[in-house]
Formats: sequence, C-alpha cells, structure tokens
Amino acid sequence: MTLSPSPASSWSGRGSDGSSGKPAHVQTAAGDPLLGTAILTLSRWLRVMTILFVTSIILAFLCLQVGTRYIAVGEIVGTLGRALGLVARGDEASMTTDTILLHLRMPRVFLGFVVGSSLASVGVILQALLRNPLADPYILGVSSGSALGVSLAVLFGAGAMAWTIPVLPICGFLGGLLALFVLYRMSATSDRLPVHSVLLAGVILNAIFSALIMFVTSIMEPNRSFSMMTWLMGTLAAPADQTLLIFSIYMTIAVGLLFAQVGVLNIMTLGEESARSLGVDTERAKRNILMISALVTGAVVSLTGMIGFIGMVVPHATRLILGADHRLLLPASALAGGMFLMTADTIARSFFAPSELPVGIITALAGGPFFIYLLMWRKDRLS
Amino acid sequence: MTPSVYDVRSLFFRYGHGRQWVLGDVNLRVTSGEMLGIVGPNGSGKTSLLRLLAKLVRPQQGEITLYGQSLEAEAQHEVARQVAFVPQENQPTFAFSVAETVLMGRYPHRRRSRWDYGFGWDSREDCAIAWKAMTTMDVAHLAERSVTDLSGGERQRAVIARALAQTSKVLLLDEPTAFLDLQHQLEICSVLRSLKEQQGLTIVIVSHDLNLASQYCDRIVMLKEGAVYATGTPRDVLCPEILQTVYGCNVLVDAHPESGLPRITLPRERVHSQPR
Repeated sequence: MTLSPSPASSWSGRGSDGSSGKPAHVQTAAGDPLLGTAILTLSRWLRVMTILFVTSIILAFLCLQVGTRYIAVGEIVGTLGRALGLVARGDEASMTTDTILLHLRMPRVFLGFVVGSSLASVGVILQALLRNPLADPYILGVSSGSALGVSLAVLFGAGAMAWTIPVLPICGFLGGLLALFVLYRMSATSDRLPVHSVLLAGVILNAIFSALIMFVTSIMEPNRSFSMMTWLMGTLAAPADQTLLIFSIYMTIAVGLLFAQVGVLNIMTLGEESARSLGVDTERAKRNILMISALVTGAVVSLTGMIGFIGMVVPHATRLILGADHRLLLPASALAGGMFLMTADTIARSFFAPSELPVGIITALAGGPFFIYLLMWRKDRLS
Repeated sequence: MTPSVYDVRSLFFRYGHGRQWVLGDVNLRVTSGEMLGIVGPNGSGKTSLLRLLAKLVRPQQGEITLYGQSLEAEAQHEVARQVAFVPQENQPTFAFSVAETVLMGRYPHRRRSRWDYGFGWDSREDCAIAWKAMTTMDVAHLAERSVTDLSGGERQRAVIARALAQTSKVLLLDEPTAFLDLQHQLEICSVLRSLKEQQGLTIVIVSHDLNLASQYCDRIVMLKEGAVYATGTPRDVLCPEILQTVYGCNVLVDAHPESGLPRITLPRERVHSQPR
C-alpha cells in the first residue's frame, strides 16, 4: 500500500460514524488517509467482528447436529420455532428431538461458548497486564487457586443445597484472587516482569494448589471425591437450569467489567512506567484487571473445573492473525475462544460416544504442544 | 529572564520507607526552551530525578512545580499532556505496528465518551499528529511494521515519536542514545536539537555520555550521591576538577575540534585519585 496522502481511496465505510450522534466521533477514522491500514479502523473492526459472529452461529448449529443421534439443521430450526412458540407442537418424534436439543445439547453448546470466550478474554487481559504472551489462567495457577477455593467450599458443605450454589463462584473468585496476588508479588521484583519468572511463579503456585486440592479431595467421602475428580478434569456436562441461570448473570456482569478495560489495555502493554507517563492510573488499572480475572476464572472454574490452555492458545493465534490492538483482540478472542471450546466439547462428547471425554483433556492436548512450540521455537518473541 | 518550566525545591526521595535516600535536598530549575543534561556516576539518582519530574514516583519531601503548578496536585493525565517521558530501553512484547504505537501517545488527549465504551477510535486529528511525529522521527516508512521487528535505533525513534505525539511542551528522556551506534546517536541528538530550536520544546535528558551532553546541552546538572554537585554550562561543569571529585578518577579534558566545547577522554592508564 502507499502511505502518501490519498484521501479518495480511504474513505469507504464512513457512513457508520454518525451513529453515536456526537460531532467528536464524526472524526472517527475508518481508513485514515495518512496511516491507512497500519492502524485498526472502525470499518475493519466491524468487518472482522461480523465475520466472526456469523461463523460462531454457523459453528453452533454444526455442533448441535452432532451427537449420539444426528439432528439435521431443519429439525434444529423447527425445535427453535416450537420453543419460541412460532410453530405448532409436533409429533412424538419431534418431542424427543426437542428434549435432546433443549435440555442436553443447547445448554451444553451455550455453556461451552460462554466458558470458552471467558477463558480467552481472561487470557487476553492477563497477557496484557503481565506483558507475557504465554499467560493463561490455567498455566499461572489462577484456575487451581479457584479450584482450591471451590473444593474447600464443597468440603464444608456448600453446593449441596440450592441456595448455596452462588457461594461456589465467590469461593472460586477468592481462591483465584489469592493466586493472582501471590503471583504478582512473586514475579514483579522490579518494573520489568521477566517472562520466565512469571511462568516459574505460576508453576510453583500450581504445584502447591494442586497438592492442597488433592489433600482436600482425599479427605472427602468417596462418592463426593469421585465427582470432584471428574469436575477437576474439566467438564461441560449440562448443569441444572438454575445453576446455568446464576452462572449467566454472574458472567454477564463479569464480562461487562472485563470489556470496560479495553481502553487501557493497549497502554498497559507498554509497561507500568510508560503507561503512567501517558496518564493511566496504573494502580487502579492493575487492581481492576486482577480482580476481573479472578472473578471470571472463579465463576468458570466453579462450574466447569479446570479447562486449560484456551486463555493462551486463542489470544495468541488471534493476535498473529489480527494484530495486537486490544480493541479488536479482546472481542475477537472472546468469539474465537467460544468457538474453540464449543468444538472441543463436541469432539469430547461424540468421539467415543456413548462414553465421554473430559473436555479439559482435549484442550490440554491441543494447547500443550502449542505452548511447547511457542516456548522453544519462538524465543525471539518472548525475550 | 526566561520563565521556568520546572522548579524543584529541597527534594528528598527514596524508594520506600527505611531504604537509603536516593536524592537528598535537590534544588533545580529548568527554564523554558532549554536542553538540560543530567549527568553523574551510576547510582547518583539521575533516573530517579527524571522519574520524579514525570510524576512517575512521588517525593517524600520537597516540592516540584510545573509551570507554577504543584506537580503533586495535578492529575496524572494532566501531567501527561504537558510532559512526555521516554524511558530507557523499551523492549516491546506485543507486535503492535509502529503507527499504533505512536498513536498511543494521543491517549492523554483522548476524549472519553460513554458511547464508545473505552474503545476510543483514533480521530483524524490524532492520526495527523501521529503522522507528523513519525515524519519528524523518520519512522513514517515503517508505519506498518511491527515494533518487535525493528532495530534498536528504529525502535528508539518510534518511542520518541510516540512522545512527540503527546504534543507536550516538555520532553524527558532517559539515556536516549544508550545501545545505539554512532550514526543513530548523532541522528537522535540532532533531531532533539532541532525540536528544541524549531518548536521551542524544553528537553531534559539523562545521559552517561558526557561528550554528548557537552555537545548538545545548554546546561548541565552534575549529580553526586543524590545531590546536585554542580550546575552550569558545559564549559563550567565539565572541568577536570569537578569530574575528578564526582567520578573519582582522572580524565583528560580538551576542546572539541569543531565546537570548542569540552571533550572528555579516558587516560591511557587508570590513575587512582587520592581518597578525598
């Protein structure tokens, strides 16, 4: 492309600017005549997000089709129509289809999408804060911190009754917060955060928390400890409707808070000193990012256990393709992470059907080698 | 008398309670449109002083005023509109393009509206300012390149371009020529000099390189053990007596063949000075 001023060619897609109704935003550049494609523009943002959104929906339908029984797209649309009351009730066979879709597959695909996008988003903001492209709630021990919090709560009887269900994400939040706090203290010896010392701190935290989780699990009664083990491996087995509802409310708030950070994330990647010299309240930004990461991780872990590597693999791949600007990276990673876990879970529940794999195994098998590749062959990016 | 940009009065600073004082009783004045060099041995508090001027750290005692206003009372983003800071060595982690990096300099000026939810799309004005900064620092042709792929000199120029995009009147630089080869050192220094002369910027530069400070700075502040040991023109400050006391070794000082300003050379053999 040319970088010489060429206004005529660069002003496509400017029509969407007026939507905010504010004169200041009319200037919002969609393809700047000077900087051209070197920066993220609103039109490119809209284009990428539309593509990802449409792909997500198509993929969701594909995942709904797959299972012990194949269900065609036509039937899925029919079920949706009946569920929304647009189409009259069907016969016996379509009732079975409705049950499978509405009570088994849809909650599960939905959950997979939400959990995947949450984990990917947490990965993005942790990577920005720690200036470390390998940061991930699972690798850094945040997930195991949350899992410890949740398992302690279960040990003391939480989750057994309906009203105690909301306690679990909060315990997960506290455990995750503890992990993040210790991690940051351990690794932030100076203004610089060396990549490897952060990872090392995460490894150590993981070891300690895992030992504590095993201890807690081992002193539980046997049938409870068995379900703990299944949960720890990472599973999206469809939860009760009310659990899903509580979880959705919790996640909506957390993801809303998460996206409110998008403005400072770019600046935070420059390092604390530079960020402050650009007018960012770094203490506040840091506190917010750590709190939100723990909040989201806690909620996710309390419901689905330890699903790893999404927070590292997805943002990394997204960054390679779409660039580092967090205004696009964060929402795009969220959608990509949703698609990733949705697909991984479909494989987990259908590959060895009727028996089922914990989805955590699939994500770890996909993510682990990718992590090794990054660590060994892309040293240039990590020094 | 030229108006002062910074007035630093009896400044004391240390990194945390119970630690050693880094700066003790520093008094300093930076006048408008000058290029001031802060020099001194390792650990003399040069970088700390610069960080204090940018409000990156707070003093325990004493006062800094910026254009007559107390720095303590100003919000961080207000400071960022008036003062740009270029840190020493800036190793980027993520592959932002050069244009994106330079545009980050517009952050303190960005109008925040509830409608864009912090996305803050770059305005035409911001892009124009960033472009101008990139042309000044000769990185415009690198606009699309990733900052992680740049050479040391290119990266340093991009970071200075980001500081210029802040359109502040004051530029603080910490060792801007460290790790650069001779040609890039010269380039950066002459750009800084012309910014000072053409745009009237006030520039404070921390440097280890006494020769560079001598050639390019209007005034030099020599720090020794956290206090100002000498202030004045390069000719006044960079004399053998002061250098020997501050650095504790003998050096040769002669005149630069072109400018006649002091030129410092290490002696052939290390000559130990007597304990003071």
